[in-house]
Order: sequence, then structure tokens, then C-alpha cells
Amino acid sequence: MSGEVQSVPSPQEAVERALAAAKCDDCIVIADEGSSANLRWAGNSLTTNGVSRARQLTVVAISRSGDQARVGVVSRAGVRADQVGDVVAEAEAAAAEASPAEDAQPLIAAAAGPADSAGFDLPPTATEIGVFAGFAAELGTALGTAASAGRKLYGFAEHQLTSTYLGTSAGLRLRHDQPTGRLELNAKSADLTRSAWAGAGTRDFTDVDVTTLEADLAQRLDWAARSVELPAGRYETLLPPTAVADLLIYLYWSAGAKDALDGRTVFSKPGGGTRIGEELASLPLSLHGGRAEPGLQCAAAPGRCWCCRRAC
Amino acid sequence: MDDTAIDPEFTAYPLRQLADAALQRAAQLGAEHADFRAERIRGQQIGLSDGNLETQFDSDDLGLAVRVVVDGTWGFAAVGDLTPEAAARAAADAVDVAKVAAAIAAERIELADEPAHGEVTWLSAYEIDPFDVGVADKIALLGGWSRELLAADGVDHVDASLYQVKECKFYTDGATTALQQRVRVHPSVTAVAVGADGRFETMRTLAPPAGRGYEYLTGTGWDFPAELAEIPSLLAEKMAAPSVQAGRYDLVIDPSNLFLTIHESIGHATELDRALGYEAAYAGTSFATFDKLGTLQYGSPIMHVTGDRTAEHGLATIGYDDEGVAAQSWDLIASGVLTGYQLDRRMARLKSLGRSNGCSFADSFSHMPIQRMANVSLQPATGGPSTAELIASVTDGIYIVGDKSWSIDMQRYNFQFTGQRFYRIRNGQLAGQLRDVAYQATTTDFWNAMEAVGGPQTYVLGGAFNCGKGQPGQVAPVSHGCPSVLMRGIRILNTVEEAGT
Repeated sequence: MSGEVQSVPSPQEAVERALAAAKCDDCIVIADEGSSANLRWAGNSLTTNGVSRARQLTVVAISRSGDQARVGVVSRAGVRADQVGDVVAEAEAAAAEASPAEDAQPLIAAAAGPADSAGFDLPPTATEIGVFAGFAAELGTALGTAASAGRKLYGFAEHQLTSTYLGTSAGLRLRHDQPTGRLELNAKSADLTRSAWAGAGTRDFTDVDVTTLEADLAQRLDWAARSVELPAGRYETLLPPTAVADLLIYLYWSAGAKDALDGRTVFSKPGGGTRIGEELASLPLSLHGGRAEPGLQCAAAPGRCWCCRRAC
Repeated sequence: MDDTAIDPEFTAYPLRQLADAALQRAAQLGAEHADFRAERIRGQQIGLSDGNLETQFDSDDLGLAVRVVVDGTWGFAAVGDLTPEAAARAAADAVDVAKVAAAIAAERIELADEPAHGEVTWLSAYEIDPFDVGVADKIALLGGWSRELLAADGVDHVDASLYQVKECKFYTDGATTALQQRVRVHPSVTAVAVGADGRFETMRTLAPPAGRGYEYLTGTGWDFPAELAEIPSLLAEKMAAPSVQAGRYDLVIDPSNLFLTIHESIGHATELDRALGYEAAYAGTSFATFDKLGTLQYGSPIMHVTGDRTAEHGLATIGYDDEGVAAQSWDLIASGVLTGYQLDRRMARLKSLGRSNGCSFADSFSHMPIQRMANVSLQPATGGPSTAELIASVTDGIYIVGDKSWSIDMQRYNFQFTGQRFYRIRNGQLAGQLRDVAYQATTTDFWNAMEAVGGPQTYVLGGAFNCGKGQPGQVAPVSHGCPSVLMRGIRILNTVEEAGT
């Protein structure tokens, strides 16, 4: 192929080519078109930055025999049109070699799929460094303000946009655009002994007020100028939402049903089973998940399980 | 070196043509520095739960990246298309990024000089490309190991996994053009026992991830059947073991545990970007600040720690880094004193340290290279004692084997480590396992408490696939070699008592 330029298919074309090439009993194809832009700074100056674009094709081949299903999953980046069939063949070969999946389910029929599949035929959307144009200017001012006041700002701003196209051999066609943006801003005293952190989530950086965030951090650094020694021990501790969110990540990782059933997590019931239905904390806390939560909107169903109800 | 062993699908791309398109475009747009990188990284993960396939995932990441310096500001762009047009556009995008980023750039980027190495090729040391072995064979091997353990008394569950990576890189900055490939594998098996009271314990294989091929799973470099045969009895003994009495103990620490303590308390602490505060927002800083270079008594005088990217089968081993710097080996700590840092070209220039020691690395074409960890290793003592001889020199202590959880602060100073298994030492003899053990210290107290270093016969190259750093987050593989060591008077915690449960 040396010196020869091969065509890269559109995501829709990649999905249809893969499904057409599939010889397995059921097939799921996911084409992701992703783009990202980021800026990073430390000690009031830029450290790294970048933009990137990538495309990825994932083929889930399912080979069925009676109630058993063997699954092969292959994901490859930068797939050219002439390589789509190879990815399908690799997934089918992986399925043929796999042992039966414990959690196999039938594919979702096209008519029963999620309603928000509009736009499958439209081209993907992308982000670029320009998403930071206004933000970078405001951040530059904030860095100058911090420097003149003897503070140091550190942080990271990232914007990602992924257009995902999904097709299945059951006729389902879905498309989802996922914008994800975040700002992390960390202010420190000149001697680095005091530190305060703030974070913000955003879909497009038009709603990020870095000036206000910097002023808030400056106030918190001032508060930290007066400190008291605490002996080691147990204390009532107040956590801001951003700190609680960090703890929830570990909770999320630890909340798998299978591990609980296997008896190897805090959610396992001694003697067998899970602790579903038990009171886990004395405080009246509740925890819920919602993909339509404002600011946290995500794909039409959790993770990759739009289509086959299993962890692909 | 013959480059025909390097992935022919990767070398079939017009890599030099792509690089020319990118570097010429960058020069036309006024970049004072430009480098080009194309990468293909293949990965495969296989996971079995109780002998049943739970995860099998193949990834194949391919793309190119252009890094520029324009008016003293970095710019970086990456794209998944390997065409000359895409390469030229990436160069233009990188220049655009530098222009937008100039609004927040107060420090001028300058790079340390590196000799031109011309056209070079490098291939890591392995025998069998793991991607040439069928998935069915791997599942059968892991499944066999799993079923063997599940058949043993006291084993309720078994997790078995294999991670494998093949990394192909093409780099050029005009002075050095490097084509490289390396392979790594990480097989792991964990047995779980669940008691009637709900308590559960685990026992994992100690086999470290290695810069080797599939031969590692079949007898070269590790004896998996022998290790697996011991797992059930070790797990049963752990389930029946008494909980440790907190206090101070002399410790003999096996390389399978110590490598992680080296990683966290030395490896990260001697990254110059951290020590200078450039990672303060996320990964953290270092107590080993630059003003302490040459004076900090990091550990006892028998402590000799090196950084290298040259150790055979090392996970950080490479021929040339992602800035075209040739792999090297150097001292970080000599006679217990801090004598060096890990550097990339910017860090080396910033502190006038001469040439970079080659620690620039990006985990994907889509990420900008940053300073990442070399193989950081504690050197054994020539003619030094065996592990048994170290244990024999302890009257009342604990022998610690295998890594598990850890915690260390942002300055890499206050830490706490647990392990896979802990043996009571009484009068120079092992006296059964303990459980609920963690050791806690400050970095300098810990390493200054090192009384003896084992000989080369105790030396093992441990490591991990997943050292995290940077934003966007990047993972890097890294190895740490070390011998068994003897530490005097280290504080031991009872983890159950500490948790208040």
C-alpha cells in the first residue's frame, strides 16, 4: 500500500459495509468519530495542549447455537474502506474461538429501540481548538490576575465531541452526539503550602466563568491562611459536592452485581446473596442514576448496551 | 537492526512521506521546531471469571501526530488518518493550537540538544508475538489454570486475565528517524475465598508484567504451574491467619512487594516536572525538590537507585524516546543521596542539566508526549545475602510478599502499603501468615531504615502496565527491579482496626 492513499469511509458507510460483510448469526457495529481539544497550564503558564481526531470501528460478532451465544469483539482505529471486512472477519473468528457468554440476550428489534435515533444519516460533528477562543482569553486574564496577587494557577480544560453510529443486523440504527467538557482549576499560594480546587462541567465552554472561579479560589486560599493543628482521630467532616463526586466514583466501581453475588464486596450478604433492600447507612441518603439529568446527558442507554443488553 | 520483524502492516504506510508532508507544512507556517510521530498500538484483553470467558477485547489504535513550537509556545495536533493531506493538516492544526494557546503561555519552550542519530530501528526482546497466538489457545490456558484452582478446597472464585500490547512507533524530527516495536504481556490469576461470616480473602499470582512475548506464559521467565500449585494452600493459610498486632517491626520485603514502593516513593518523586511543580494540579509534586539535588539523604548509604530505559524485558525499555533521545541508564540515588532526576528535553534545558536522559513518552498518537517514568530500580549488593539470610537476621518481624493496595500523598512522602501475604518472623524463622497488615512511613524514614540489601540472586524485575499521569490522562508501562531488603523498625498498622470495622 506504500504511497497509495486509501479512502476512509463515513461512519454510516462503515456500519453498513460491516453489516453487509457479516456472516455471523447476529452482528452489532459501532462507528465512533471523536474529536478533542485541550489546554493545560501550571504555575500561571501553559504546559501542554492539543487537538486530536480519531475514528474507531467496533464489531461485535455473535455466533448462536441453541441457547448459547459466543461473542467476539474487535475494535480498530482508522479503518479504511478496504479494511472493514477484515475487522468483521476478526470479530467472527474471535466469536468462533470464544466460550459461551453467560449473559447472552437476543438483539433488540429495530421497532423496540430507543426513540432518539434521529440523525443517523447526518455527518458527524467535531470540536476544534476554537472552542476555547473566548475561554483562553479570559483564562489568560485570570492567570495575570493570579500572578500579580502572588498566586499560582494550575489546571486543565478539555472539550470532546464524539458522534456514535450504531447498526445491528436486527435493523436497529442509532446515532448519538456526546459533547463533554470540563475545567479543572487549582489555585496555590506562591510557596505551594495552600491549595484550593474548583471544577466545572460544560457542554461547550460558553457557560464557564473562569473569572468568578478564580476569585472564589482566591477567597478560599485566604481562608486557608489561618490553619489549626488537628490531632489524628475521627471528626465530623463536611465535603463539597466535588469531593463527594470523587467518592462516588469508587462507589460506582465497587457496585457490580456479580462481584456482590460472588461474596467479594461490601455489598455482599454474609452467607450468600446481595445486600439489596438493606439499610446501608444511618443517614437518610439516596442515590439514583439518570441519563437525562441536566448537564449529564449521555447515550440512549447505559454504556454500550443500547443494542444487546449485555456488556459489549 | 533488520526492520523486517516490525509489523508489516505498519511499515506499509508511507511513513516518511507522511512525515515530510507534516514537517514541511510546519516549517512553511513558521514553526521553529517540529516533530512527527506515527503509531500503531494493538491491545488485547482476555478475562475469565470462574473459568468462563467474561471479557475479550481487541483494540487497534493508529494515527499520526505533529508537535510544534511556534514563537516559544507548544502546539500539538493528532489525526487518525494516515494520508499526506491529513499529515499536513495536522501540522497546520498544531500551529493554530500554538496561536490560541499563546494567550496563556508565559514561559518560552526551549529543548535540550540531542545528537542526531540518523535512521535507526529498534525491536524489543521477545520470542513469540502474542498476536500470533490464537485467542482459543489463550482462553484454554487461562481456563485450565482457573479450573485447576477452582477444584482445590477453599477456593470459591477465580479471576484469570491476560493483557497484551504491541506498540509500533515511527518518530522523526529531521535529525533522528526511529522505527521501533515492542511487545509486553501481563498474565494474572486471583483466587478468592469467602468465609461463612462474609469475610473474604484473595491470593494473586506474583508474576510481574514483562516486556516479553507469549513465551512468558509457557515457561520462559516464569513458572506459572509451580506458582498456581501453591495458591490454594497460601489462600487457606491466609483465611486462617491471625490479625496482626499493630506496632513497630523489622521487615524483610520481597521484590514482589518492594517494586511498588519504589515506584510510588522514588519513581514519581524523582520526576523533574513533578519536582518543579508542573504536575501540581493533578499528579502532584515531590518532596525531593530541585534545591535538594546532591544533598538529600534519601536513604541509607547502601541505597543505589538507577533510572534506565535499557533493561532487557523492562516495560519502559525502548531504543529512542518520543523526542528522539537515545535510551540511557543513570543514577538517581547513589550512596543514599539524591543525585539525579528523570528528564525530557524541555526539563533538561529548563534546569541546564545538559542532555535529556530520554523519558519522553506518549501513550497514544493522540496524546502529547510528557515526561514519563523510566525503569527505576534498586540495585542489589554484589555478594549480598539471600532472602533466607535476611530473614535469619530478624528476631521479631514480618516478611512481606506481593503488592496489593497503597496510598501516598501528593508530595510522595507519607505512605501506606499492603501486600498479598505477610509472614511472622520469629527468631530468624517464618512462623505462619498474618492478615490485615499495612506498613506506614515517610519516604526518607523508610529508606534510611534499610539495613541490608539482598544479592543479585534475589533481584526481580517487577512492574505495572498502568502508571497514570498527565491530563488528558495517559498510562505508561514501567518496570522496577529490586532485591529483597531488610528494614528495621517500620510502623505496622492493623487495617481492620484503622477502618474502625
